[in-house]
Amino acid sequence: MSNDPRVLPAMTRRDLVLAAGGGVLATLVAGLFPLPASADPNDVKKWLSTVASGTPTPGKITIGAPDIAENGNVVPITLSVDSPMTEQSYVKSIAIAADGNPLPGVAIVDLSPANGKAEVQFRMRLAKTQTVTAVALMNDNSLWSAAKTIKVTIGGCGG
Amino acid sequence: MLSRRDFLQVAAAATVLTGASGSFARAAARQTITQRDLLRFDALGQVTLLHFGDIHAHLMPLDYREPSINIGVGPDAGLPPHLTGEHVLRAFKIAPGSPEAYAFTCADFSSLARSYGRLGGLDRIATLVKAIRAERPGKTLLLDSGDTWQGTYTSLQERGADMVRAMNALGVDAMTAHWDFTYGTDRVKELVGKLEFPFLCGNVQDTTWGNWAFDGTKIFERGGLRVAVIGQAFPYTPIANPAWLIPEWTFGIHERHVQDQADKARASGADLVVLLSHDGFDVDRKLAARVTGVDVILTGHTHDAIPQAVAVGKTLLIASGSHGKFLSRLDLEVRERHVVDYRFRLIPVFSDAVEPDPAMQALIAEIRRPYQAELDRVLGRTDTMLYRRGNFNGTFDDLICDALLAERDAEIALSPGFRWGPTLLAGQEIRLEDLYAQTAITYPAAYRQTMTGAALKAAMEDIADNLFNPDPYYQQGGDMVRVGGLSYAIDVSKPMGQRISEMTLLRNGQPIDPSKSYMVAGWASVKQGTQGPPIFDVVRSYVERQKIVKIPPRQLVRVTGADPRGIAACG
Repeated sequence: MSNDPRVLPAMTRRDLVLAAGGGVLATLVAGLFPLPASADPNDVKKWLSTVASGTPTPGKITIGAPDIAENGNVVPITLSVDSPMTEQSYVKSIAIAADGNPLPGVAIVDLSPANGKAEVQFRMRLAKTQTVTAVALMNDNSLWSAAKTIKVTIGGCGG
Repeated sequence: MLSRRDFLQVAAAATVLTGASGSFARAAARQTITQRDLLRFDALGQVTLLHFGDIHAHLMPLDYREPSINIGVGPDAGLPPHLTGEHVLRAFKIAPGSPEAYAFTCADFSSLARSYGRLGGLDRIATLVKAIRAERPGKTLLLDSGDTWQGTYTSLQERGADMVRAMNALGVDAMTAHWDFTYGTDRVKELVGKLEFPFLCGNVQDTTWGNWAFDGTKIFERGGLRVAVIGQAFPYTPIANPAWLIPEWTFGIHERHVQDQADKARASGADLVVLLSHDGFDVDRKLAARVTGVDVILTGHTHDAIPQAVAVGKTLLIASGSHGKFLSRLDLEVRERHVVDYRFRLIPVFSDAVEPDPAMQALIAEIRRPYQAELDRVLGRTDTMLYRRGNFNGTFDDLICDALLAERDAEIALSPGFRWGPTLLAGQEIRLEDLYAQTAITYPAAYRQTMTGAALKAAMEDIADNLFNPDPYYQQGGDMVRVGGLSYAIDVSKPMGQRISEMTLLRNGQPIDPSKSYMVAGWASVKQGTQGPPIFDVVRSYVERQKIVKIPPRQLVRVTGADPRGIAACG
């Protein structure tokens, strides 16, 4: 596990922006309708099951994120999936969910071999300490998952 | 066998016997501990690492009582540094009442302090450093784990420039940082510009592009070896301290980048890789098990004085205490880029035994001269020992909380669980310098606000998790927030949200009502724009009014679920 936003040094933010223009399709899921106080692990499961059916196996995904967020409003997250991204074997999409935000679904990112690398980087708002779950759907329809708890603290008391 | 209680009685009797002639006891200490004893070391190998950290700007000798409560959780329970008092004596076979017992533990602190005198003083450290460099020419590296520029009246007035002068004069070879960042971006850049040695912070990036903001690694040639030093600043600086002071920089543990730096150093021919760290001991213990190729971690942040090196796999962890009390010496023998042997000593800097270095003594006097009248201003006197360090309220924190309650007309006081701040013995004067040594920060506003019982509990749970989360990577801060006007129970073994109970308002003995609002005063908020008078002014006016302070230890916090080796009955 790494917190290093530059996990794949070849992929800079600029590349990502370009890549987004050239094939990554990200869907922001949260909409403008009345929100419950927070989702829970069951809501996460339910939402993920609507995105991809089946039980994911833990593995293949790395969630690069701080253990403790410096600012819960903009938490840098890097998701990378261990995949050659060739026509034979690639990541079709990655779904990201969080169990402590009002709605569990955060984003669905669609990829293709044209991306070259299965890595996405984005900022995420976390209302409180919670677990972020990512599920990758491969072209062979296998599902892989990873989860990481990210702490959002009031801070202070600095040693 | 002598029980602890018996020993206390014996110690008390001994104090009575020598009480009338305390100066004789001191004289005896001076003769039994000599500078030559402190320097005695059977040199080994090609390289000597000298290390200190968390000096918190203290140029002068002082008393600093090591914690009586320092509870280890999860995998760290019962391991150093989570041993206190008699548990340290037993684990490291230190004789009760000995100079080492006084330096490394809180056992019988108040009586032993009178026998052995103060520790530290940068002029004494300079003497030891010069002597060791003379003994090991071309083989010595002097490394500072940070928290160097903050913590005293002079450092606050000089905004760290005093410490930069002193550390340049001492000939430090590299430093990393934490509190040093609390002077803000511009001042940090200025001070780094004045340093005559590298400021290594390999885990700090600029917030916009994620580029590494400082040098991470420096390679030194010593004793025929290439020694790589990687700097690791406190990973949670913008959380534990105000992010608004350093908006350009983002921090983190960045395990993978530590590994990359170590690999790069090896690839460029390093024979020895040293991580100069401000992670805190438990974080470094975890990190050491997860990265490879780091031979030595010189730890900092958690202020631990561990008399032996702690080995994690092939990595040696060194914890050199704080406040200038100690200088660590680690001699290393390296063969084919592996450490094959080492010898370590955590040298207590007994200020009465070590001759001050004249040049450093003169520099310290010059730094202090413009402020001398203020530093020496007597605000009052204390009839009881005032200390801070420990997981929960120390008596100096109780004094600060009393001042907040009285001066800010509040029902509840909150005071940050900083690990820095020296100790005053019973009967000593409280000078302005002593007050600033507990409060000298760049965001000192003493706020006053209402909080509901529920919000108060949530805040305390949050802070408790930053200290007692069983995964050290989730431990963010200092010790537990100190409270005044409030008592509570804590089960440190429980998960977040379930540790705190029995919160009681002392004023009326009633349980804290989650829906009721309480007037709370506190200080050191990390929020920008916090309003209120500076904490040093608040406590000063309180002490000046009280004249004589008397704070026996209070039982505000009932602790359960704790490993017993982290709790000691101390003097």
